[in-house]
Amino acid sequence: MTGPAIEIEGLTKDYPVGFWLAKKKRSLDNLTMQVERGEVFGFLGPNGAGKTTTLKLLVGLIFPTAGTARILGQPVSDVGMHREIGYLPEQPYFYDYLTAYEVLDYFARFHDLTAAERRARVEGLLKKVGLETAGKIQLRKYSKGMLQRVGLAQAIVHNPQVVILDEPMSGLDPVGRREVRDIILELKRDGRTVLFSTHILSDAEMLCDRVGVIAGGTLRGVGAPGEIVGLKAKGMEILFELAGGSGGAAIAAQATQTGNRYRIQVPEEELFGALEQLRGAGARILAVAQVKATLEDYFLELVGAEGAQGAAVEVSGR
Amino acid sequence: MKHAGIVAWNTFREAVRDRVLYNLVFFALLMIAAAVLVGQISIGIEEVVIVSLGLTAISVIGLLMAVFIGVGLVYKEMDKRTLYALLAKPVHRWEFLLGKFGGLLLTLTVNTAAMAAGLFGAMLLVQPALKAADLCVLIAVYFILLKLAIVVALALLFSCFTTPLLAILFTTGLYVTGVFAQQIRGFGNITGSRTLDAVAVWFSYLLPNFENFNVIAAAAHRRAIPGALVLQNTAYAVIYCAIVLAAASVIFSRRNLK
Amino acid sequence: MISRKPIAVLLLVVLPAGFAAVWGLQKSLDRQLAAVRQERDELVLRSGRLVNVLSLEYGTFLADVYWTRTVQYYGEKRVRQEANFDLLAPLLDLTTTLDPHLVVAYRFGAVFLAEPAPRGAGRPEQAVELIQRGIANNPEQWRLWQDLGFIYYWELRDYPKASQAFLEGSKRPGADEWMKVLAAKVAEEGRSRGVSMFLWAQIHDSTKDPLIRKNALNHLQLLKAEEDRERLDELVQQFVQRFQRMPQTLEELVSAGLLRGKAVDPQGYPYVLGADGKSRLHPKSPLAGEHVGNSAAR
Repeated sequence: MTGPAIEIEGLTKDYPVGFWLAKKKRSLDNLTMQVERGEVFGFLGPNGAGKTTTLKLLVGLIFPTAGTARILGQPVSDVGMHREIGYLPEQPYFYDYLTAYEVLDYFARFHDLTAAERRARVEGLLKKVGLETAGKIQLRKYSKGMLQRVGLAQAIVHNPQVVILDEPMSGLDPVGRREVRDIILELKRDGRTVLFSTHILSDAEMLCDRVGVIAGGTLRGVGAPGEIVGLKAKGMEILFELAGGSGGAAIAAQATQTGNRYRIQVPEEELFGALEQLRGAGARILAVAQVKATLEDYFLELVGAEGAQGAAVEVSGR
Repeated sequence: MKHAGIVAWNTFREAVRDRVLYNLVFFALLMIAAAVLVGQISIGIEEVVIVSLGLTAISVIGLLMAVFIGVGLVYKEMDKRTLYALLAKPVHRWEFLLGKFGGLLLTLTVNTAAMAAGLFGAMLLVQPALKAADLCVLIAVYFILLKLAIVVALALLFSCFTTPLLAILFTTGLYVTGVFAQQIRGFGNITGSRTLDAVAVWFSYLLPNFENFNVIAAAAHRRAIPGALVLQNTAYAVIYCAIVLAAASVIFSRRNLK
Repeated sequence: MISRKPIAVLLLVVLPAGFAAVWGLQKSLDRQLAAVRQERDELVLRSGRLVNVLSLEYGTFLADVYWTRTVQYYGEKRVRQEANFDLLAPLLDLTTTLDPHLVVAYRFGAVFLAEPAPRGAGRPEQAVELIQRGIANNPEQWRLWQDLGFIYYWELRDYPKASQAFLEGSKRPGADEWMKVLAAKVAEEGRSRGVSMFLWAQIHDSTKDPLIRKNALNHLQLLKAEEDRERLDELVQQFVQRFQRMPQTLEELVSAGLLRGKAVDPQGYPYVLGADGKSRLHPKSPLAGEHVGNSAAR
């Protein structure tokens, strides 16, 4: 089969609001995009931007007001198509009184696996998400991060072609984030398609072939992280030391001081002049580096108009 | 259907681990106390009293479980979002509902069977041996189970579109009305208006008639219960559950899970 | 964009077909159940006190339920023309224990517990007990004294006790003046049609309970018919004296000028003349065959 893994066309979702549910609030507006096969696609946006709504529409938890979506060529209203997709809900929660092993086994039963296959898959996955030892403990004793791992494991327990992950990194410590990243990269190596949402930009930058930025229910831009960012070079950064205080150097007055070290940003064409000036002032140049615009900058620029404050963006995951 | 079975089994397993079956201890104590006390106070009618008390307790405990667990079956999974991961599997929503229904029914069946065993144990304390006539007690237990099936289906229906508290109100309300369905029909003239009365009688036929399943008095006196009644009551319960579950499936399949 | 087809199927196929099946089954279930429950004269809990404890704080409401059940029980028995009212006393007992101030229940018991079959349970001593409990719980209700006196007067024929009850009742605040008169009259004369009619009229007028009222009216009509027939018999005697022969029909009394117009009973049926020269109720009259209960006084 060819064609994109996920095709979304004019997808729109209104939620009724107010006491009588008579008013409508549009949480997704005319979304059109595609995710290619074998691609890792990052869905970026602040909280409440419409990321979760989109993913839920794809999995059939909610139904669109207008528009269509297809996964692997099948309409999302076809439950049979779920054989080929895995889904991690936002802040997943599972049956308290089951162990991680039992939950994974339970979900695996809905797929056509033999008992032996099921067992092998479940045990392998528990190992992969680092819950080997905790697998026999009831989930009510689990931390948020552990539940997140169980959630990820259940999403891929049946080896799906398309994996949809809603905020897979949230609630995890740095080690856990690293593990999740490795799993996503492994899925990519296996030729799976991964669509995940996040409001953490560094994750997207590190993992994604392409990202889509969504805010206020509309898609603001799609492209490779480098492609989007590369449009704007932001100049050069100079790190230097001044032995005898600022010494009255005009340029040092514009720099940010940390102890007796200074950091200053200048446009690329002014770099040489700046270095001359610093040397003249007796500064010791420690490093010169190019400043890359990050997704964060792009993001703030896009969202900024509506108020960057409202857009709760985390630059890194704590 | 296989998927519904998986959901049902999981529902049963969760109920067991949730210590739902602990109520059996209470029932056992009640039956022992009753067997001992009844021998002291009601000479001659111990067998009658023990059966009517036992069947009443089985019915009341079953009803409480059916209503209070029933209204949470779907709501809890939506509220805690356990349902999200499940519905992303190749599971139809009606399969999920059917599984939840089957799971609670299985729980109630096990629970009721255990209570029935306790009741027969208590009967053996006050009568030398079980007689063939005691079969009607078993039929009465079966009827209670049929009644519980309808109650669970109703609780499930309401929990598909409203909060647990309202679902409890609706379910118990409909149960009480259903118990009085016979009376509503019998009144003939309730309002004085001919049309309204005809509507009331019509309505009483559509209500789940829970009095159909009440043969406690007959069982207490070991009166034979005709086989046709067993068949018809079974058919009644099956059809009624099917209607209610079909409605629940249609409603639930259109629901957005926020 | 969800398909609307399931809704259509549900509304047009599942619900109509399902409820049609339920309807049909219910009809045959009703027949089966009628056989199983042919006799549901069962009252598992007979102790009012126990029920009172079990009813928590809802005893008053439960009393109303039991009261309804009592009236239904009595009504069903009357319709089915069954003579045993074994559960009437325990039901009334339960009702009044749950709600000791439900005066209508005591009054109901005074009439229907005391009256002989087929009208009631024929247990006047239980009725006396019930009323005495009612009086103890509701000392301000002088009508209960009237009922007590009535049971002694009508069923037990104990006129001194009846007179005493009327006298006691007359001392209660708000009691009607005639209670005193009645006490004296019963003490002096014992049974008389006048007193009987007066008492039934009082019972009729002092309650809203339809069963009690209907029963009292029936008694009043019987008493009236009895009075009519005595009067007719006198006229027949006059006829015999005047014409030295028995009249063939009561119409002859009219043509003889003894009777003005056709004589009809309170139900509108004409009286007839028996072969023995005594007037009778028309065989089709609803009053025929009912026992007047006053005859022993004459």
